Amino acid sequence: MILHRRKLLTAGAGLAGTALLGGCDRFSGTETGRRTLKVGEDANLYVQRLLMSPATLAREFPAAMISPWFKPNGTIDPPDRKFRALAAKKFSDFKLTIDGLVQKPLSLSLADLRGLPSRTQITRHDCVEGWSCIGQWSGVPLAELLNRAGLKPQARYAVFHCADTLEYAGGGLEGGDGASLWRPEHPSHVRDGAIQLAAAEDWGGGAPTATDAPKDDWGQGAPEPEAPEDKRTPIRYYESIDLFDAFNPQTILAYDLNGKPLPVSNGAPLRLRVERQLGYKQAKYVMRVELVDSLAGFGQGAGGYWEDRGYEWYAGI
Amino acid sequence: MSTESLDATPAREAPETVDASGRRWFYRHPAVIRAAHWINAAVLLVLLMSGLQIFNAHPALYWGAASTFDNPALAITSEQGRDGTNRGIVTIGSHSFETTGVLGLSREGGTAVDRAFPAWVTLPADQDLATGRRWHFLFAWFLVLNGALYLLYGLFSGQLRRRLIPDGDQISDFGGSVKEHLLLRFPEGEEAKRYNVIQKLTYLVVVLGLLPAMVLAGLAMSPGVDAAWPWLTELFGGRQSARSIHFIAAWLLVLFVVVHVVLVLVSGFVNNMRGMLTGWFSLGRPEKETAR
Repeated sequence: MILHRRKLLTAGAGLAGTALLGGCDRFSGTETGRRTLKVGEDANLYVQRLLMSPATLAREFPAAMISPWFKPNGTIDPPDRKFRALAAKKFSDFKLTIDGLVQKPLSLSLADLRGLPSRTQITRHDCVEGWSCIGQWSGVPLAELLNRAGLKPQARYAVFHCADTLEYAGGGLEGGDGASLWRPEHPSHVRDGAIQLAAAEDWGGGAPTATDAPKDDWGQGAPEPEAPEDKRTPIRYYESIDLFDAFNPQTILAYDLNGKPLPVSNGAPLRLRVERQLGYKQAKYVMRVELVDSLAGFGQGAGGYWEDRGYEWYAGI
Repeated sequence: MSTESLDATPAREAPETVDASGRRWFYRHPAVIRAAHWINAAVLLVLLMSGLQIFNAHPALYWGAASTFDNPALAITSEQGRDGTNRGIVTIGSHSFETTGVLGLSREGGTAVDRAFPAWVTLPADQDLATGRRWHFLFAWFLVLNGALYLLYGLFSGQLRRRLIPDGDQISDFGGSVKEHLLLRFPEGEEAKRYNVIQKLTYLVVVLGLLPAMVLAGLAMSPGVDAAWPWLTELFGGRQSARSIHFIAAWLLVLFVVVHVVLVLVSGFVNNMRGMLTGWFSLGRPEKETAR
């Protein structure tokens, strides 16, 4: 009797093991699988928010600990024509738009932003891949801008629209003006050659949605260039945070890195810093901040370029 | 062995019985411990495999708060040899080893790919950091909840103290236990009712040392936890140190499991498995019992 039961249990354990190894991949590929695996993210968000107040600050470091090289990652040189035109004039024509669910939409030049109260912080940038760099960031607290614009009561998230195209809907990878787009494999594809990553992730470009329309969706108001850009729909980087993070004193739109104007490789003219979360939340090339009540209308609805490709919206871990 | 301990704590002593053939049976593992053991085994397997997937996204380790890219403590990479073919290389400090086929460069579906750990040990098998993270963080919750139940039960039932804290006579006969291990000779009868001293100390290190350290080092890497509990990341010497400790502790757990499984096999596989599956562990027949 006991032996019979043991055999049964051993066989069961063996079957479970095989199913585990072979079946996990299939499970995570199904909708139920994806939703089940997401429970961990929800638990992390809930518990971490219990441990923090909106004003809890990330650790700040002494100047002596600043990394000699702040590893640029993701897009390091946007191929977008409009961005290149702005960069060529050192962003003197750049205007940051703040709109959406606000009382008074704002349009601010870099000079305007530099004239506002600023915050400087030396923090650790934690990439989702596992590496870290320490840098000194200076910029305008997002709370400062949101208070000037005045939130409407329905506003729940700030969406950051970025200038950099990562791919074209339908999978095209060639930039409109001849610049070749590399196919990103991770939120921070390592390109320095020291640690080269291989094996592309198999995610498609995703179907274009209404908000991916090939218009000037970051509201620069600049006239369309003479020569037409790539006719395909560009999929640009975007990110989003909720108001818990938006009003944190360390949440800034940074224009300086280590005391110098932010280089293009690190996200010029403006880069979001959300210090209690991972690197892919720190959107580069921020052109427009849109206040919204739902993330459903952007990209594929997960709240960010990488979130649409399976990464967690809450990147506190 | 007298019946004194039975008299002193009648309700706490595990049940014992003798079957028709005269074989003595001892109820060694309560159901909660058995369930926790097998859940833990499955959860650790998922955590190891998804953890290696995550490691593959940046297959290098550093010490301190930030990464020193030119100078990793450990790196698993591939590089092109003089003959034009790629080789897998593991670098520890200033020493390099070729590991082609397993680490740095391995076969995946017939083609050689550059990846630190091979497809057959990662979850998912393909390079897919996002899904690897989701597996890892969900199963980390299972590890914590299962571990918390185990520890609470162990503490309040007295199992942890009675089963894992070495008895006085065991400590004074530590050398005897070492000899017993080396000769692969394992006790039957009364003495088999308790773990030997090396076993007790190892389980204590794993249960109260390695597994909690694993969880804490994992949490220390989280920027959110670092903001809420800066002392934790500091305790591990910084985020990159925490990541390295997490990696080392993972392999210490693998080492433990390997030794554990080997000893389960050589010290009476059927009896051990029966014990951990049904709770009942055979103490043998009294006539076979060695005099003590």
